[in-house]
Amino acid sequence: MDGVHDLGGMDGFGPVEVEANEPVFHAAWERVVFAIAAAVSVRRVSNIDAFRHAIERMDPAHYLGSSYYEHWLTGAATLLVEHGVVTRDELEAKSGGAFPLSRPVRSTAAPARPSSAEPRFAVGSAVRVRSMHPLGHTRCPRYVRGKRGVVVRVDGLFPLPDVAAHSDQPCSEASYSVRFAARELWGDQAGGAEAVHVDLWESYLETP
Amino acid sequence: MSDHHDDDHHDDDHHRPEPVSPVEARARALEALLEDKGFLQPGFVDAVVSTYENDIGPMNGARVVARAWVDPAYRTRLLADGTAAIAELGFGGPEGRHLVVVENTPGVHNVVVCTLCSCYPWAVLGLPPTWYKSPPYRARMVREPRLLLREMGLDLPESVEIRVWDSSAEIRYMVLPERPAGSGGQSEDELARLVSRDAMIGTARP
Repeated sequence: MDGVHDLGGMDGFGPVEVEANEPVFHAAWERVVFAIAAAVSVRRVSNIDAFRHAIERMDPAHYLGSSYYEHWLTGAATLLVEHGVVTRDELEAKSGGAFPLSRPVRSTAAPARPSSAEPRFAVGSAVRVRSMHPLGHTRCPRYVRGKRGVVVRVDGLFPLPDVAAHSDQPCSEASYSVRFAARELWGDQAGGAEAVHVDLWESYLETP
Repeated sequence: MSDHHDDDHHDDDHHRPEPVSPVEARARALEALLEDKGFLQPGFVDAVVSTYENDIGPMNGARVVARAWVDPAYRTRLLADGTAAIAELGFGGPEGRHLVVVENTPGVHNVVVCTLCSCYPWAVLGLPPTWYKSPPYRARMVREPRLLLREMGLDLPESVEIRVWDSSAEIRYMVLPERPAGSGGQSEDELARLVSRDAMIGTARP
């Protein structure tokens, strides 16, 4: 989905604020949320792709206005409600107030492609990222869609998140590191001696 | 974890309980419901979290870097197969199963980001700092890396090529910084203490 989480290249956020000597967790409840997210995985309520998608489905204003561990809390609670482990009524009664959850899934699985044992591209292959706007989960950032790059590394076979977030069907395919010149991504104002490398599954790529 | 809660507020002279924020109330509610239903076992939170609070952190990555600085054969293995070379030092596991190490040189500087969420090499660096997960960092590092690095205190000459690595799939990245000039006589342990977390992300130099 073209969600608010897909932040690469957006303007207007201002400086990066660095906290000196930051603790691993800032409050005890963040530890709890970290462990609940682990339990959601260990108990096989969802895989990492479905968990990421549950966070991506947060209301955009809530996403930008809340902390990282509030994202995890909202994503985990959403999945636990969707899988019938808890109900929203129980959550709101217990917490004594509103318990915002993420919006529903809008898409079923992307069409599965036959997974090929042999990667289609090799180091040095020129590729273009497909123009794609799936309603479900994807790990193809908007800022590289339609852009041309070169494969710099072939990483082997991994489950395609676009399918794995929505179904249990086998979906492993090759993943690549693709190098994009900064000027290909951002135009002539970008630095000439800058490049961005993005890791992309084969389904996201085509021959230019 | 409720018995640890007051630890955060030991400087409250009046011993008034802090008001619970809405997000904390929600987290506590979910925790209590999951414990009632047997989904969350007692002790699970501490067991999971203590690893990341005590055992895993940038000191792991610093040991990898120091070894690469003193052992050219290790450095070669590290750059060829990061996962295997890092496992030689006993590091791996979650967010460390597919590691790639990118090497800084006089002409090339590497920096790591995750624009879509917060992917980070837990096995060598621990859990990421808040700034790494923040919208400004995720939005800007792919768009204006030289300016953002300068704002963060690393002013690179225009002649240095910047390579940004967006960890958008399964690989987790660590930067191998250049060994500081003048560190020739130092032991591996001393060298490890020179290596900061941010140098292994790529927003600083050792």
